[in-house]
Amino acid sequence: MSVGERDPHTGHAMTGHEWNGIKELNTPVPKPVWFFLTATVLFSVVYWVLMPAWPLGVTYTKGLLGIDQRTRVAGDLEKAAMKRATWTGKIEDMDLSTIQADAPLMQIVREAGPALFGDNCAVCHGTDARGGKGYPNLTDTAWLWGGDPETVAETIRVGINASHDETRVSQMPALGRDQILDRNAVLNVVSYVQSLSDSALATGGQADAVAAGKEVFADNCAACHGEDGRGSIDMGAPNLTDGFWIYGGDRQSVFSTVWGGRQGTMPAWESRLTLVDRKILTLYLLDLGSVRQ
Amino acid sequence: MASLLTKNERQLALGISILLALVGLAMAGAGDDRAYAAHGILIMVFGVGTAFLTISGYHAPEPPEGRLAQYYDDPSKVGIVLAMGWAVFGMFIGDWVAWLLAYPEMTFDAAWSSFGRLRPVHTTGVIFGFGGNALIATSFHVMQRTSRARMPDQLSPWFVLLGYNLFCILAVSGYFMGLTQSKEYAEPEWYADIWLVIVWVTYLVLYLRTLARRQEPHIYVANWYYLAFILVVAVLHIVNNLAMPISLTQAKSYSAFAGVQDAMTQWWYGHNAVAFFLTAGFLGMLYYYLPKRAGRPIYSYRMSILGFWGITFFYMWAGSHHLHYTALPQWVQTLGMTFSVMLLVPSWLAAANALLTLNGAWHKVRDDATLRFMMVAALFYGLSTFEGSFMAIRPVNSLSHYTDWTVGHVHAGALGWVALITFGSIYAVVPWLWKRQGMYSAKLVEAHFWLALVGTLIYVFAMWNSGIIQGLMWRTYNESGTLAYSFIDSLIAMHPYYVARAIGGLFFLIGAVIGSYNIWMTVRATREDSREPIADRPVPAVARDRALQSGE
Ligand code: HEC
Ligand code: HEC
Ligand code: HEM
Repeated sequence: MSVGERDPHTGHAMTGHEWNGIKELNTPVPKPVWFFLTATVLFSVVYWVLMPAWPLGVTYTKGLLGIDQRTRVAGDLEKAAMKRATWTGKIEDMDLSTIQADAPLMQIVREAGPALFGDNCAVCHGTDARGGKGYPNLTDTAWLWGGDPETVAETIRVGINASHDETRVSQMPALGRDQILDRNAVLNVVSYVQSLSDSALATGGQADAVAAGKEVFADNCAACHGEDGRGSIDMGAPNLTDGFWIYGGDRQSVFSTVWGGRQGTMPAWESRLTLVDRKILTLYLLDLGSVRQ
Repeated sequence: MASLLTKNERQLALGISILLALVGLAMAGAGDDRAYAAHGILIMVFGVGTAFLTISGYHAPEPPEGRLAQYYDDPSKVGIVLAMGWAVFGMFIGDWVAWLLAYPEMTFDAAWSSFGRLRPVHTTGVIFGFGGNALIATSFHVMQRTSRARMPDQLSPWFVLLGYNLFCILAVSGYFMGLTQSKEYAEPEWYADIWLVIVWVTYLVLYLRTLARRQEPHIYVANWYYLAFILVVAVLHIVNNLAMPISLTQAKSYSAFAGVQDAMTQWWYGHNAVAFFLTAGFLGMLYYYLPKRAGRPIYSYRMSILGFWGITFFYMWAGSHHLHYTALPQWVQTLGMTFSVMLLVPSWLAAANALLTLNGAWHKVRDDATLRFMMVAALFYGLSTFEGSFMAIRPVNSLSHYTDWTVGHVHAGALGWVALITFGSIYAVVPWLWKRQGMYSAKLVEAHFWLALVGTLIYVFAMWNSGIIQGLMWRTYNESGTLAYSFIDSLIAMHPYYVARAIGGLFFLIGAVIGSYNIWMTVRATREDSREPIADRPVPAVARDRALQSGE
């Protein structure tokens, strides 16, 4: 093909190159392209002049506007903290029970609580705080360690079986696996435990087992769960009579608990959440519980 | 296969296979961890396999001299079949991952099927398995045609193709076993990385040797792009994977970089992987198969030049836009942002050059789904590069980063651009390679086109929505100045979009399955193209019959 040939369709000149049938037109680059290319380059140059941009050995050009992302973030955080300061100070200083009586502050607790709980606690306790197998419901009246505001706040601060120095410690021993009780005794005490919240069992076909289990209970369990099975807040041992279960109240689950033991871990939050956040969470949970009841 | 190699090549192939098998055996024997030993066995089996393939044709007579008067296309054929196999596999895993995000329990409680392992299986499967094989196969085809020269030997293309697939298999099987360097798109461990270096350098040398034999005075644009792809990927791969193995008998290694330097190296790599693997290589495809299929000259040689140098120069600096608002010094972020903005015009030039090339062939675009694949690909290329430059602007990025918007952007490029241009090119090249009149079924190509397009649109729209909702939810505050939504709230809001995305992905996957079937039936069809493929010969072939363009 000769140079100077034109494409019949567009009328543009050809370059004269050809590869396996592919030819090229020598169409000039359209003017708007140069315009936009120049515009983006100019934009960049202006941006470089105004902002931190080019390295100069160990330092860099700081930019005429003097903007620095670190000071900016610090400033933004400070501003946000100022905005919240109208109420954070109060929550920090006031007693939990006084705050409970302060409607505007409780309004803020209800606003801030869900996101705080959703981001930190919901993975274990569920978005609605009603728990799941192995993780207690935090909206009911059954508390392992006590349900008054100060106690709940303390549980959140130090955790349960956690790495905190003052952590609460509790353990349900593996009475079956560790051969303290034989299989029969375990089965009987399971019947007895179930009968505590389901009185029909004590008179039905399992009456004998329940009676035998009662003795096992008195000898092996009462130290922690109390003579009447109502639990002990000092030990973190749950009330077994209230029909609320952490690990499930069906026969198989209760058997697994008594045979293999349990030791739930609740992380300590003192080093991860501020005092204000922990107070909000405490109040939020108690508020949820009181609404649900 | 082996009978087409010369005697010397057969000896060399056998030698390499045995060496590979021995290395595998040593790794399996000495390996201190099970995954590493398992990889040793895998390498050994691969080596024994290629040794058997070689032996099967070892005593056949020398291949006829006549072969030198024809292009060497067998590796391209195998590469295309492999690419389609990886496409179906990688997209199947992609769709599984998509369902997993909507229904997390779909891991069925097994470690190998957890999200963290399946996700890199997907990305590696589609990018390197599907995209990489398609690039290798088409680059062999294009470099010979546009140089009018046969490849200099017959062994190195096989070494490149099979060696590359060994790398992909090592990568993917490693993730299933929990092996990873934790660098996105560079997850494979040190021994797989070293193997890829050997393969890749062979690829580069092969490409340069073929170009050196060319019978054309000029080097065609497609070759500039393929070459940039091969060269830059070599540099990126070597630098980002610099690492010290904890021992020669264990899989684990430690990166040479740490902290913010590590992050910057990784995203310099990561972004240029997008630029030179997922863009430059595929632009090479576009620049050959689109004008060929349309039967039109490239619209502007000058736009090709400006586009090519703009893209290669500006991209190199853009990586830091992946690290906006992080510990990375702000000046580096500024450079990443501004170079990304300047990148827009050259990128659009490449897309515009392709679309303007279709001037005078729009009736073909309407009737021919293969050409339409390529046309829509160029549109999506333009769309994603615009979006990319936009998202690189810091304030925009503060909304889009860490959200599904990014994932939507990636897939506008990955599905709309990379996969569509590949399918288009494959539909064009398969009948040429196997000397058929056309694809087995034009209707199925049409069906694949619409499934792919609808799937892409569903995917991208779902992610735009969910990404923007996510971004807004994360930055919404209450009156009191506390966060309005928890992260879990935003996940719950994403659920319907995740289901939509997974359905879109399913469309796309079904399209790929149909495509594979169509290709397989075309390959198996017995009716040879009756036309004499006389034009498809390296020099010294006689003057070509230009009317036969579409048969090449
Ligand atoms: C890793 C899982 C996990 C996370 C996260 C978690 N918890 Fe707990 N939490 C538990 C477990 C398990 C228990 C019960 C421990 C036991 O059975 O002895 C518990 C117990 C509690 C209790 C004591 C209940 C009682 O009856 O006395 C409170 C209060 C509590 N969690 C509040 C919170 C709050 C508030 C958060 C978020 C800041 C939180 N938890 C996060 C696992 C978790
Ligand atoms: C050393 C103190 C201790 C002794 C002895 C003990 N328990 Fe417990 N028990 C606990 C603690 C603490 C828990 C709570 C464990 C947790 O939540 O992680 C518990 C939990 C339980 C639960 C699960 C309650 C639920 O809500 O799911 C049952 C059932 C139970 N104990 C039954 C028994 C029986 C029956 C015995 C005697 C055979 C017994 N325990 C002996 C401390 C004890
Ligand atoms: C059937 C089609 C596909 C489906 C359903 C699909 C699905 C997915 C999903 C669910 C993710 C994870 C997103 C997340 O972590 O939130 C993902 C990531 C990714 N996919 Fe795909 N994909 C498909 C095809 C492809 C193709 C063809 C390519 C490239 C050629 C590709 C490249 C990528 C990349 C690069 C990522 C990582 C994105 C990031 O880190 O932001 N995908 N894909």
